[in-house]
Amino acid sequence: MESKHLVVVGGGMVGHRLVEAVRARDEQGAWRVTMFADEPRRPYDRVALTSYFAAGPESLQLGDPALWEDPLVRARTRCAVTSIDLQERTVLDDTGAMTSYDELVLATGSYAAVPPIPGADLPGVFVYRTIDDVAAIRGWVEDAAQRRSGGRRATQVRGAVIGGGLLGLEAAGALQALGVQATVVQFGTHLMDAQIDLGGGMALGRLVRSRGVAVRTSTATAAMRPRRGEQRVGRLEFADGTRLDVDVVVLATGVRPRDELARAAGLAVGERGGVLVDDACRTGVPGVWAVGEVAAAAPDGGRPVGLVAPGYAMAEVVADRLLGGAATYPGADTATKLKLSGVDVASFGDAFARTPDAMEVVWADPVAGVYKKVVLADDARTLLGGVFVGDAGAYSALRPMVGAQLPGDPSAFLLPEGGGAPELELPDAATVCSCNNVSAGTIRGAVTEHDCHDLGAVKACTRAGTSCGSCLPLVKRLVGTELSRLGITVSTALCEHFALSRAQLYEAVRLSRLATFSEIIERFGTRASGRGCDICRPVLASILATTSPRHVLDGDRATLQDTNDHVMANIQKDGSYSVVPRMPGGEVTPEQLIAVGEVARDFGLYTKITGGQRVDLFGARLDQLPAIWERLVAAGLESGHAYGKALRTVKSCVGSTWCRFGVQDSVGLAVELELRYRGLRSPHKLKLGVSGCARECAEARGKDVGVIATDKGWNVYVAGNGGFTPRHAQLLAEDLDRDRLIQVIDRFLLYYVRTADKLQRTAAWLEEVEGGIDFVRDVVLEDSLGICAELDAEMDRHAATYVDEWRATLEDPEKLRNFLPFVNAPGTADPSFAYIPVRGQVRPATPEERLVAGATGVRP
Amino acid sequence: MTTSTLVRVCAVDDLVPDRGAAALVPDDGRTEQVALFRLASGEVFVVQQLDPFSGAHVMARGLVGSRLCDGVEVPTVAAPIYKQVFDLRTGACLDTADTSPTHGDGILRCWPVTIADGDVLVAVPDSGGTP
Ligand code: SRM
Ligand SMILES: Cc1cc2nc3c(=O)[nH]c(=O)nc-3n(C[C@H](O)[C@H](O)[C@H](O)COP(=O)(O)OP(=O)(O)OC[C@H]3O[C@@H](n4cnc5c(N)ncnc54)[C@H](O)[C@@H]3O)c2cc1C
Ligand code: SF4
Ligand code: FES
Repeated sequence: MESKHLVVVGGGMVGHRLVEAVRARDEQGAWRVTMFADEPRRPYDRVALTSYFAAGPESLQLGDPALWEDPLVRARTRCAVTSIDLQERTVLDDTGAMTSYDELVLATGSYAAVPPIPGADLPGVFVYRTIDDVAAIRGWVEDAAQRRSGGRRATQVRGAVIGGGLLGLEAAGALQALGVQATVVQFGTHLMDAQIDLGGGMALGRLVRSRGVAVRTSTATAAMRPRRGEQRVGRLEFADGTRLDVDVVVLATGVRPRDELARAAGLAVGERGGVLVDDACRTGVPGVWAVGEVAAAAPDGGRPVGLVAPGYAMAEVVADRLLGGAATYPGADTATKLKLSGVDVASFGDAFARTPDAMEVVWADPVAGVYKKVVLADDARTLLGGVFVGDAGAYSALRPMVGAQLPGDPSAFLLPEGGGAPELELPDAATVCSCNNVSAGTIRGAVTEHDCHDLGAVKACTRAGTSCGSCLPLVKRLVGTELSRLGITVSTALCEHFALSRAQLYEAVRLSRLATFSEIIERFGTRASGRGCDICRPVLASILATTSPRHVLDGDRATLQDTNDHVMANIQKDGSYSVVPRMPGGEVTPEQLIAVGEVARDFGLYTKITGGQRVDLFGARLDQLPAIWERLVAAGLESGHAYGKALRTVKSCVGSTWCRFGVQDSVGLAVELELRYRGLRSPHKLKLGVSGCARECAEARGKDVGVIATDKGWNVYVAGNGGFTPRHAQLLAEDLDRDRLIQVIDRFLLYYVRTADKLQRTAAWLEEVEGGIDFVRDVVLEDSLGICAELDAEMDRHAATYVDEWRATLEDPEKLRNFLPFVNAPGTADPSFAYIPVRGQVRPATPEERLVAGATGVRP
Repeated sequence: MTTSTLVRVCAVDDLVPDRGAAALVPDDGRTEQVALFRLASGEVFVVQQLDPFSGAHVMARGLVGSRLCDGVEVPTVAAPIYKQVFDLRTGACLDTADTSPTHGDGILRCWPVTIADGDVLVAVPDSGGTP
């Protein structure tokens, strides 16, 4: 069968969803799809655009990239369709090529509106819609910062956002994160006036101001003027005669549908623009459809909707119809939740109580900056909508209840912390995830019928929570309830010997002050007879290292250590070991480097520079380790803990001492940090990085803790890693001085050490911390748990009592017994090794090579 | 019928409780590397030092532990390189960690042990050759 050709114009979020949906349903291959996208990249997650600043463009990936490898799918990026011939069923693109279609879907989205204000075309005035836009904003702000720091008095870059809606607030947050002093200029009486009422808007204004963003409401911008003698924007002039000096302006005054192609082709458009379509997303011309922000659908009153969820629903409808179905589009749910970090705002349903006889129940706490309102029908029970500012905790539970009766007193849902609100039992039909149109029933079904037993599996199976994420708390709760109904408890037990999780065991050990394995397993273990195992023994060794520090090989501590810690070296595939001396911050003196080279030469060790800015010596026999370390310690070197779940390295760039761009001494700080945290045992390895300026040559944002110098101090990022699932670290605090920086890192590390699961790195841990980075920020910066004094003292003690493990071992004959090759032949070297020359050094022989001559136990 | 000879390897006190140690014993005319484990309970087990899943002579450096198998507390050792868990009494692999052995059938050879007068004696099979 010859496939029919579907042409999609527009490579945005909705076009993407359409292609995905067609390919997922079209098992016969009835359609081949060509997508035209004028942006220079494949569709990306525009909703998450702001995370570009914190996490880069990779964080905006949408869906499975394998879609684009599908032979039936073709994406033409950087290629705009310039006209449509409805008679011939062809489209013309800007390369001059003509493409014919069987069916055509317009998914051209919107463009950001530029208001007719004089000066809106000046350099330095931006819109906020695409990756190119945000990349340009960042570049502009960085240049402006450079200019400002060059002057006599370094000052902050100033920026204004015109438009105080959802998008404007998000843009203001983004400017602020770039270090810009931001002002939101709003024409209306209050922020987000399209979604929330005046009371909510006032509370929101206070909250936004308390986050350091200035707000001017009821203000019309009359003109934008260049700085004297320059070509870039320098000042805003308002209708009331006042002015504001600025270095950058972002326009967030709304969007307009990109319906120009449709108009030119003669398709009908709505009164506010947008291609008119019916409830199946059909235009008046057979074979031509429109979806997403460019569509003005009959169920939405012929008006385009600027949200992604309705667009997704339209895409699913068209996919269904193309494959012979009869799905219809029900119209949009315009619920919104602001993604601005630290400011909770949400509105849903009939937020303005426009339904006749609607009743409003309001709870406001101006001091705390909280405003909450539910709108009820005249029965005082049926939920119609709501507004939440300052505390949107009840939003995700209430939103799906629109149209249903609330159990009990509605005001219970407005009290702080839910104030005894009854647990809502959602009907199966209630929409839980509106972005992806997933109902409570579908989520329950994923758990009960598709064996999805954790949040990740449910997300992958149903797509719930994979877009804006605001439904996640509710999805999590539903999954939890379903699992317990099935009698499944998600075990957090460490292993068969301990029913406690690592974090619980840590607290138990810390509070009981027990310090030996036998006491701990007797008191907290599942059965006294057990001697533990390769899981719980190293975990306890690690916990005890912080709760009651002693040498790794002291007393019964030694028997708990994992293979590598037990001999303070890393085992290799042939049973030999690697040796990694610490070189703090990657700094090493020529003398030490010579000593390392001499040791390597004299013991015949394979030598390589590691990815952690130090030198690794491979191929040492167990019995050679003490002699090797004798020499290294004499040269002033110490253990690098390459073998431990412990601090590994603090990577540094050369920084202000040599580099012409450096603004702080990154090497000095890296050395200081490495010396402070060396030997700290943790749930998994810890890596830090320090860069001397925003160019980030130390890749600090790929580390568990990354520090980046600023003009004013240091920014600290946490929970990044490379490895199997790379993640960028997230900003924890900005412009800290040295003392505060160290305090913040101390607390972050010890809080992680206390609460993470075994073998869980900081990124995976942070993903599981309820409340995420904001919660952790409160713990370490605001001491919200009241534990900071304890953590500070604990880290001070760690740093003050640190002793090099290898030096202490060499001084203790009892500990050196660990390194005997054979108990009954202490002078015999293990004869099982065989080496092969490679590029002037050696490597272990392969099993095949061992069989032939040439491989010997003796290194050249 | 095979006969065997008891060979003294070391004193029990040379072994650290709940940790392993390597030793050399005569075996069929060659010298074999073995791994000795002394448990806190006083029992001593001897198995091959060759790790069947990596080919390295490292079993003595594995972590000692216990595991409940059919209601019985089984003493175990975890291979240091790829972490397979073995029953110290029988050498059976309780947990292959989804890998297959590269050397032999993946079961550790075990040597009978006797403790006498504080010494660890290992029974090595007699053979034609001289140890
Ligand atoms: C030697 C080195 C490779 C090299 O030749 O450069 C290395 C070698 C090993 N890495 Fe690595 N990693 C080395 C840098 C890295 C880096 C790069 C870095 O640190 O900048 C990464 C990615 C960054 C990161 O960790 O976030 C890295 C990510 C890993 C991972 C994956 C961690 C993850 O979260 O996914 C593992 C596996 C693990 O730890 O579970 C691993 C594990 C290992 C082990 C321990 C595997 C093992 O158990 O034998 C290797 C031990 C070698 C040895 O005996 O010393 N290594 N490893 C590097 C030693 C750095 C040092 O000086 O201490
Ligand atoms: C910063 C930001 C935050 C947002 N936050 C939210 C939110 O929290 N919740 C929410 O629901 N919505 C949010 N939105 C809105 C959401 O992103 C849009 O509703 C959604 O992207 C619409 O998808 P679309 O595919 O219809 O249009 P678009 O994503 O705009 O895609 C249309 C694409 O088609 C291309 N195109 C246009 N004409 C042509 C042509 N002739 N030839 C080729 N290509 C063409 C365009 O360049 C564009 O790439 C946000 C938007 C922004 C900018
Ligand atoms: S990447 Fe793999 S092979 Fe290379 S050092 Fe790391 S763990 Fe070993
Ligand atoms: S509601 Fe946006 S992801 Fe579920």
